[in-house]
Amino acid sequence: MAKKNKNGSNDAIFNRKFEPLIYLIPFALGLVIFTLYPVVNVVIMSFKEGYRLSGAFTGVGFGNFTKVLGDKNFMTAIKNTFIYVFTVVPISTVLSVLIANLLNKKIKGIAFFHTAFFLPLVTSSIAVGLVFKYMFNRDIGVINTIITLFGGKPIDWLGAIAGTGPYNLAAVIIFGIWNIMPFTIILLLSGLQNIDPLYYTAAEVDGANSSTIFRRITVPLLMPTIFLTMIVNLISCFKVYNEVIPFWRGEAGVTGRNLYTMVYYIKEQFYTNRQLGRAAAASIILFLIIFVFTMLQRWIQSKVDN
Amino acid sequence: MSRKKVNTFFTYFFLIIGALIMIFPFYWMIASSFKSAAEYSSYPPVWMPSNWLNFSNFVEAFKAAPFARYFVNSVIVTVACVALTSVTTILGAFGFSRMRFPGREAIFGLLLSLMMVPFEMLVITNYQTVTKLHLVDTLPVLIIPFSTSIFYTYILKNFFDSIPDSLYYSARIDGASNWKYLWRVMVPIAKPSLVTIILLDAIACWNSFLWTQLTIHVDKLRTLPMGLFVFMSDEGSNPQLQLAAATVCVLPMIILFLFARKYIVNGVARGGIKG
Repeated sequence: MAKKNKNGSNDAIFNRKFEPLIYLIPFALGLVIFTLYPVVNVVIMSFKEGYRLSGAFTGVGFGNFTKVLGDKNFMTAIKNTFIYVFTVVPISTVLSVLIANLLNKKIKGIAFFHTAFFLPLVTSSIAVGLVFKYMFNRDIGVINTIITLFGGKPIDWLGAIAGTGPYNLAAVIIFGIWNIMPFTIILLLSGLQNIDPLYYTAAEVDGANSSTIFRRITVPLLMPTIFLTMIVNLISCFKVYNEVIPFWRGEAGVTGRNLYTMVYYIKEQFYTNRQLGRAAAASIILFLIIFVFTMLQRWIQSKVDN
Repeated sequence: MSRKKVNTFFTYFFLIIGALIMIFPFYWMIASSFKSAAEYSSYPPVWMPSNWLNFSNFVEAFKAAPFARYFVNSVIVTVACVALTSVTTILGAFGFSRMRFPGREAIFGLLLSLMMVPFEMLVITNYQTVTKLHLVDTLPVLIIPFSTSIFYTYILKNFFDSIPDSLYYSARIDGASNWKYLWRVMVPIAKPSLVTIILLDAIACWNSFLWTQLTIHVDKLRTLPMGLFVFMSDEGSNPQLQLAAATVCVLPMIILFLFARKYIVNGVARGGIKG
């Protein structure tokens, strides 16, 4: 029989009404204060006009949304964010599919390759961004050295030739692709490892060569994983911020304005301008965009599962 | 047969090129931090420092800014964050996995839908909250808001769910309370999941930037990424000093990765890191 506990029988403890609370309170406390309440509050805040840090506000309405949507900087932020998302995600996906496919073969030195491809997962974007900043240097940077080696002209990546060229954003995009590759490769690799090896055996028996196998078997069977990976990356790329920070001493691009991203704009409105209501409205717009893509992800997932 | 050899050649060729591109920034960072000022600024670039034991950049960087202090702050914040998060996660996951209470599934469903809310959206309110709690410019401001995680709780709850009930009943017969059962049976079994959670959380804490930028303005309370950011924004500091500082910031995580690569990669494969 069960031993008696000093508080009574075991069953009394197991059925104690309030016991779940002991386990859930620490978790719930942090969650309510720092996640649940802010979610509700940000919606309320976005409708309070002239909202100050103290909580005082001047009016209620859509003022914050109209101000934000009419702000030139916010339009720049949306434009840059979309360009970033829709270049980084496709390019990193294509490269990652190729690399993941190679990593999935029987190769020697897998520990070395895994280390090399996955290392950026753990490293601070600020610190590595600093390295990229110097690699992008116009005069003595490695990247321009390599470009001139192949006969190209050096590019003023982080500066401004003729106003604000597209190179600032290109530099951020290149860094962004490098940064997101490991995560993408890992998700795709685990998708590849779930493909039944029988498909490959059958194809080899039929005498298919490796590029046919890749195009006719690997890619189609990997498609669901590719889709999901793209959506996850899309969502994280919409929040681009850390990738912009290292290049111009924390400024948004060489003019301080040309490389606004949505998160950068939110931070500026809230932190520098102390416009909490507008920052809240901008973050709701960001959320709605992310929400649409999350729903898309769920929908694809349910299609895949069936 | 020869076609196979050509394939193998291209496999290694592309893998090696790719690996070199991925790893090059780390090499460049470390190599540059051992270069002299003249070596750093020469053109074409010097691919290797002449003296790999030239630690003067590190010495100067540590003199120019309190990087030792930043390092200690980063360690304190990371350890405290991971410890607190582990406790709330273990307890929460057990609560949701083994306790019976009304609305359990509905509440957990709500939590999962909260996962898609980006932290950036919560930042404004959280900043107000920590201001009211007088936590701004103290180290706990970097710890307390991150002491719970829905994502980690979700991972661990799933693992707890997979542990057969028979273990639970036999523990009850042996007279163990839920509390003992959790710490003596569940937690040891869940060790691989826990290690993964701890590693992912440690990496996230160590690299955390935006929140630190908003809440810490006192030099002696800065963490490594924040201290590095201020140092590199300073007009007066030389690139090779900055890169030495960046090396200090990145190296602990590189070492962690070399030792725990499989755990980290498995954790990432399950869905989340780098926001």
